Amino acid sequence: MTTFSDPPRESFRLSMLINDTRYRSYTFQFIALLLVIALFAYLGSNLMQNLRDAGLNISYEFLGEPSGYDINQTLIEYDSRSSHWRASVAGILNTLLVAFLGCLTATILGVIVGVLRLSKNWLVRKLMAGYVEAFRNVPVLIWIIIIFTVMTAVLPAPSAFRGDDPARTMLLDAFAFTNRGVYIPKPVWLEGSGIVVGVFIASVIGMFVYRRYATKLLYDTGKLLPMGWPSLVILIVPTLLIFFILGRPIALDYPALKGFNFQGGIQIRGSLIALWLALAVYTGAFIAENVRAGILAVSKGQTEAAASLGLRPGRIMNLVILPQALRVIIPPVISQYLNLTKNSSLAIAVGYMDITGTLGGITLNQTGRAIETVLLLMLFYLAISLTISGVMNLYNNSVKLKER
Amino acid sequence: MSDIHQHSVAYVRDSMLPEAPPPATETGIIKWMRENLFSGVSNSILTLAALAAVYYLLAGFLPWLLNGIWDAPSLRACRDILQGDVGGCFAVLTERWNQLLFGFKYPSEEYWRPTMAFVLLFAAAAPVMFPNHVPRGLFIFTGLYPFLAYWLIWGGPILSPVFGLVGFVVGYLVWNRLVAQSFAAGFFGAIAAAMVTWWIGGMIVEAMASESTLLAAVPSRDMGGFMLNMILGTVCVSLSIPFGIALALGRQSDMPIIKWICVLFIEFIRGVPLITLLFVANVVLAYFLPPGTAFDLILRVIIMITMFASAYIAEVIRGGLAALPKGQYEAADSLGLDYPQAMRLIILPQALKISIPGIVNVAVGLFKDTTLVSVISMFDLVGMIRGPILASTEWNGVYWELLGFAALLFFVVCYGISQYSQWLERQLQTEHR
Repeated sequence: MTTFSDPPRESFRLSMLINDTRYRSYTFQFIALLLVIALFAYLGSNLMQNLRDAGLNISYEFLGEPSGYDINQTLIEYDSRSSHWRASVAGILNTLLVAFLGCLTATILGVIVGVLRLSKNWLVRKLMAGYVEAFRNVPVLIWIIIIFTVMTAVLPAPSAFRGDDPARTMLLDAFAFTNRGVYIPKPVWLEGSGIVVGVFIASVIGMFVYRRYATKLLYDTGKLLPMGWPSLVILIVPTLLIFFILGRPIALDYPALKGFNFQGGIQIRGSLIALWLALAVYTGAFIAENVRAGILAVSKGQTEAAASLGLRPGRIMNLVILPQALRVIIPPVISQYLNLTKNSSLAIAVGYMDITGTLGGITLNQTGRAIETVLLLMLFYLAISLTISGVMNLYNNSVKLKER
Repeated sequence: MSDIHQHSVAYVRDSMLPEAPPPATETGIIKWMRENLFSGVSNSILTLAALAAVYYLLAGFLPWLLNGIWDAPSLRACRDILQGDVGGCFAVLTERWNQLLFGFKYPSEEYWRPTMAFVLLFAAAAPVMFPNHVPRGLFIFTGLYPFLAYWLIWGGPILSPVFGLVGFVVGYLVWNRLVAQSFAAGFFGAIAAAMVTWWIGGMIVEAMASESTLLAAVPSRDMGGFMLNMILGTVCVSLSIPFGIALALGRQSDMPIIKWICVLFIEFIRGVPLITLLFVANVVLAYFLPPGTAFDLILRVIIMITMFASAYIAEVIRGGLAALPKGQYEAADSLGLDYPQAMRLIILPQALKISIPGIVNVAVGLFKDTTLVSVISMFDLVGMIRGPILASTEWNGVYWELLGFAALLFFVVCYGISQYSQWLERQLQTEHR
């Protein structure tokens, strides 16, 4: 038998950079880095050359200049003398508004449809499958345009509400659906409304305290307190009492037809509603599939085991199935929220002034600063995506199965 | 037993009853309805509500569809024919059929070319989609198809697609010769050989440019309609798969610099909406190209959409790579295979098989997203509908027929692809059931 000893130490040769696996990876990385740097240098020099030829430069000063255009629906004070920067902020808020509304509606819709797709009822099951397939397989842009067309071409003009015997009447005397948008009542905060809101927040907290107390009592002593109706009472009764004691400090400003248009109330533009509903029903179809997959992922043995412990069907769902299904459901649903937020950039197709419509649309066209605006636009969406995926990673780590 | 109890029990049956059919409520359609539609009070209410919903949908939709007018020169003529009845004006589809499919600039006497390219697409895709049901010889046609389709749709001198093909063939020959020595030599040698061929070919094509061509050249800006969606969808998906594989391998690599380049690229692309990338293609990309280069908008869009799709496909394939048991990697190492061999022979075939459903999902999503090019004023199907057709005096106001047609077209394609992917998943399932 031969005895093994350390291989003879070789001195470093240049050919080892290619032939020796220990050094080869350094060669590859060096080449890759060099190529990337060369690519960027090439693009950068082209950019410099092109900018010099066109007599342009990279500058963000345009953000401080007056924008000179109006935004028909903003959450902050804005007029055409405001700066481009303020227009961008108004756009950002509009993006966040439609993303928030869309995510909320899509979740409600998706959960309902996802559960109904597993219903025992054949007809309901097939209907929901039809909904999911119809909305998943058609581009969201087409849905946005279809709903926008409903909002602008099918709904009546405000003049249809006029006269003693109008063609259309307002719903509950409070909501008007017109081709200029939907008018809804606007809350007016009078003196003392702060107290009502404060009491309401306090009763929400009180409800959670009560529920926690009831759970603790159940675990400690086995005594079961009712959960449902006391929570509701704690939530509603104090607020209502204080509301009427203080003499109704929160009033509603109803929209009313004056002249050619509705005055008062809040006007929600058709573009916002089209974008909101289209994104909600489109993303809702995807969320429904995630919910269904999540519930199916919990093995049937879990249901049967819970049933054999003597739990009622409602409790089986709440205590056994849902906690396990949520772990599967939530990560894809969060990435659907991300998709919805990115898809909200399609606002530009219906003229809703989100960040793509203000910064990437009119500001870009007016100032001609294509590179700067598109870069800012990308950074904004990137920031949102990274935030959401950061939240998702935190969640994933917290619900991960603890394995040894 | 009966004889034991015959004194203690009043009556014991000692003959079989004749077989009787099950009660009417327990057979056939009645049983099915009782179990599936009316199994309880809440279920019955749900059923009735669903029936009402279906009724209202059909009551609104069917008269519109069945009463539709298929032959009229304008919306006004349509309404004259209908005389106040409910009915769709589908005449717009028949009248503008070619515009919807090919855009409004593609020369009408050449419509047969994209149609033929579309039909041949099925022949080219068949060996890839149904490898066990189609003769393998068709694979040659799949290889030829991209060049044939390019020539059919764009026309122009036949030499350019021929040289494109020759470049690939030369590259493949060089690869075959050199790969036995080392993967890197084969890979880079093949690329160099192909480049040289294309360079020479380009010079030859330029020299013979004056020669009359068999098929008239059609410039890219004349592409439009559903054809544009199909072109963007198929080209970008097929280009993005190799890029996606490369990015996924790069992201899994243990070389930190390469890994981080890939991570940055993928996360950046996945973090921004496709629209911003299309803005880049439309207004920004020109700044980054050498002064004086005139780049087709359609080519710029293809570049950006391909980048977009490859980032998503890379993530799908990375999932496939991660799902492979570690033993596969170790087994490949212990056989003494080097990295390219292990990847080509052991890892990728399995990882790609796992990723197929995901890749198909990305492909469907991408195909739907090709409608976004209408935002940067390209006249794809949606762009045609919103632009030239709805703006024309004859058809101003025919929303539902046109949008419904677009939705139906996309639905048919996307639903078909997803059904195919489910079928494929079942075919590829090798686990025991």
